[in-house]
Amino acid sequence: MTPKSVLILGARSDIGRAVARRFAESGASVTLAARRAEALADDLADLRIRYKVAAEAVEFDATDGGAERFFDGLSALPDVVVMVVGLLGDQAQSEADLDAANAVMAANYTGPACYLLAAARRMGTRGSGCIVGISSVAGDRGRQSNFVYGSAKAGFTAFLAGLRNRLFKKGVTVVTVKPGFVATAMTAGMKLPPALTAQPSEVGNAIFTAVTKGRDVIYVRPIWRLIMTVIRSVPEPVFKRLSM
Amino acid sequence: MPEPDRTRVPLTGWGRYPRRDCDVAAPTDPAAAAVARAPARPLIARGNGRSYGDASFGPGLTVDMRRLGRLIAFDEATGELTCEAGALLSEIVAVFTPRGWFPPVTPGTKFVTVGGMVASDVHGKNHHGAGSFCDHVLSVRLALGDGTILTCSQAENADLFAATCGGMGLTGTLLTVTFRLIPVRSSKIRQETVRAPDLAAAIDIFEAGAAHTYSVAWIDCLASGANLGRSVIIFGEHAEPQDLDPAERATPFARPAPRGKRVPVDFPTVALNRLSVSLFNQVYYRLQKPGRKVVDIDPYFYPLDAIQDWNRIYGRHGFVQYQCVLPLETSRDGLTALLTEIARVGQASFLAVLKRLGRESFGYLSFPREGYTLALDFPANAETFALLDRLDRIVAEAGGRLYLAKDARMRAPMLRAGYPRLEQFHAVRRRYGLDGRFRSALSDRLEI
Repeated sequence: MTPKSVLILGARSDIGRAVARRFAESGASVTLAARRAEALADDLADLRIRYKVAAEAVEFDATDGGAERFFDGLSALPDVVVMVVGLLGDQAQSEADLDAANAVMAANYTGPACYLLAAARRMGTRGSGCIVGISSVAGDRGRQSNFVYGSAKAGFTAFLAGLRNRLFKKGVTVVTVKPGFVATAMTAGMKLPPALTAQPSEVGNAIFTAVTKGRDVIYVRPIWRLIMTVIRSVPEPVFKRLSM
Repeated sequence: MPEPDRTRVPLTGWGRYPRRDCDVAAPTDPAAAAVARAPARPLIARGNGRSYGDASFGPGLTVDMRRLGRLIAFDEATGELTCEAGALLSEIVAVFTPRGWFPPVTPGTKFVTVGGMVASDVHGKNHHGAGSFCDHVLSVRLALGDGTILTCSQAENADLFAATCGGMGLTGTLLTVTFRLIPVRSSKIRQETVRAPDLAAAIDIFEAGAAHTYSVAWIDCLASGANLGRSVIIFGEHAEPQDLDPAERATPFARPAPRGKRVPVDFPTVALNRLSVSLFNQVYYRLQKPGRKVVDIDPYFYPLDAIQDWNRIYGRHGFVQYQCVLPLETSRDGLTALLTEIARVGQASFLAVLKRLGRESFGYLSFPREGYTLALDFPANAETFALLDRLDRIVAEAGGRLYLAKDARMRAPMLRAGYPRLEQFHAVRRRYGLDGRFRSALSDRLEI
């Protein structure tokens, strides 16, 4: 499909910005959704000046339970909805403070999933569209270093798989994106291996290609598919002893 | 507003010398950039790291501005553009050239941020006619590091504006820049190449060619004796549609598909030696056939941008670039002395650049002044540093100065000798409470 319009949920993030630019470059009109939408004026101006496309901003909070109201309030249901919201959190803090754990789970799974359920019903009724969810390689197997985040992403990955199955016959496609490491504000301060670390623009390009070519599950850098295949294949009696 | 995330990373300029572990913040929100300040620690903004030496990182917090690169306003009638300081010139060229607008001044690489262009008050091949970049800047918004944001222009906070243009980021963090693009009628340059067998001929050709919009010379600095100063001078004009091939006239703004090579690894340090560079220069001199042709803006303005990471050819120890300007009246003798000394030592420098500059810019620490500028690369080693000390003496004696955006090694007396308005710069920093609040490795080295 060649999308005419895209909605970015979580538009202030580095990945959100990159996705918005890539779709705008193709001529699609862009709706940026984020908290404090009024502060997105410069981002809208940037998209309009660079790509001469229509761009608007709408108020959005992934964990407010207001998905139905949100989609009812849109001027039109877009061709593509991209859910970028995520919260890495801090594993140690999540283990010590259950409110922190809950916030990570809500921001990575329940919040985004509820919004996508609301989008899916409307797209299913229309009989067209594409839903993109940014999940994570961390959801491919739970590890001690980040399993609160990882488990929420595992849930989100399973959700997207089921949604893809559900919507297949209705003409709506669902793309699961597993970016691997990305050089963003979220990962600033981490020592990331350059060969495994994508730039936000690479993620934007990969998502655009996946949408237009109708892909199901993408790893932004292909090496991650191999890495996660290996990690998944380690037997649990061995895996539980590893420090990962 | 919480402090942005930060991390300690080794940073260098484009020359990869010197290197320093720095605390880095990469704000995505201008408000965070405006207040970014570790308690009692000085700040310095960093753009795309294309200044060569130690201007783009500091002893306190280095603020990476590349996430703040939005285009905020553009007037299709006047070409007036407002963008955030982290916007890359390459993006501006890509967006606006097809619409008939081009940067009023462009340095030899387009991988610079607009904030960096202001901080270095960059000049281009049109300096003799168009002045430096800041001559085209209408206003900037500057964060003073204590939450204050001031608009600066020739009319508003003019003293701070004059200190900021060419001020190497030492007067605050640039947030936005408003400047005027110039109208062009194609994305091509009508180029004329002239060979000069020696320095005197090169200078005569520059002086006679002052009416050309763009001019630059590649000078073979290993040539000596009767060949001293042997150069290839390249003039340029923005092409009109009728200058193009008939087949191209209907689409004067068409751009060739991006091409690019990359230097994949650090070259061994021995790869560049007198022999290889001398060969390269001789081949280059002969390849530049005299005559006229029409070329795309990329090969004309940004020849080295086609080779990604070209700075790796000098090996892992890095290199230094030496760029001086000599006043018009001392240029002939001074350049002869410089080239003689360089050729005598035979240190590898290839693609040295010679260029006629026009009138002095208004920025207190702006580099350009009326005269001739010479730019050369050298591998960073003890031999080079000894040579450059000797070149410093020639430059100082000729009443010249060195370009801060290139410098990695001069010392404070050389700066003071070359920049008579340094005291005014200090006075502005004191007046606005900026001294000590903004510091870079360069400003520490030069006691600014």
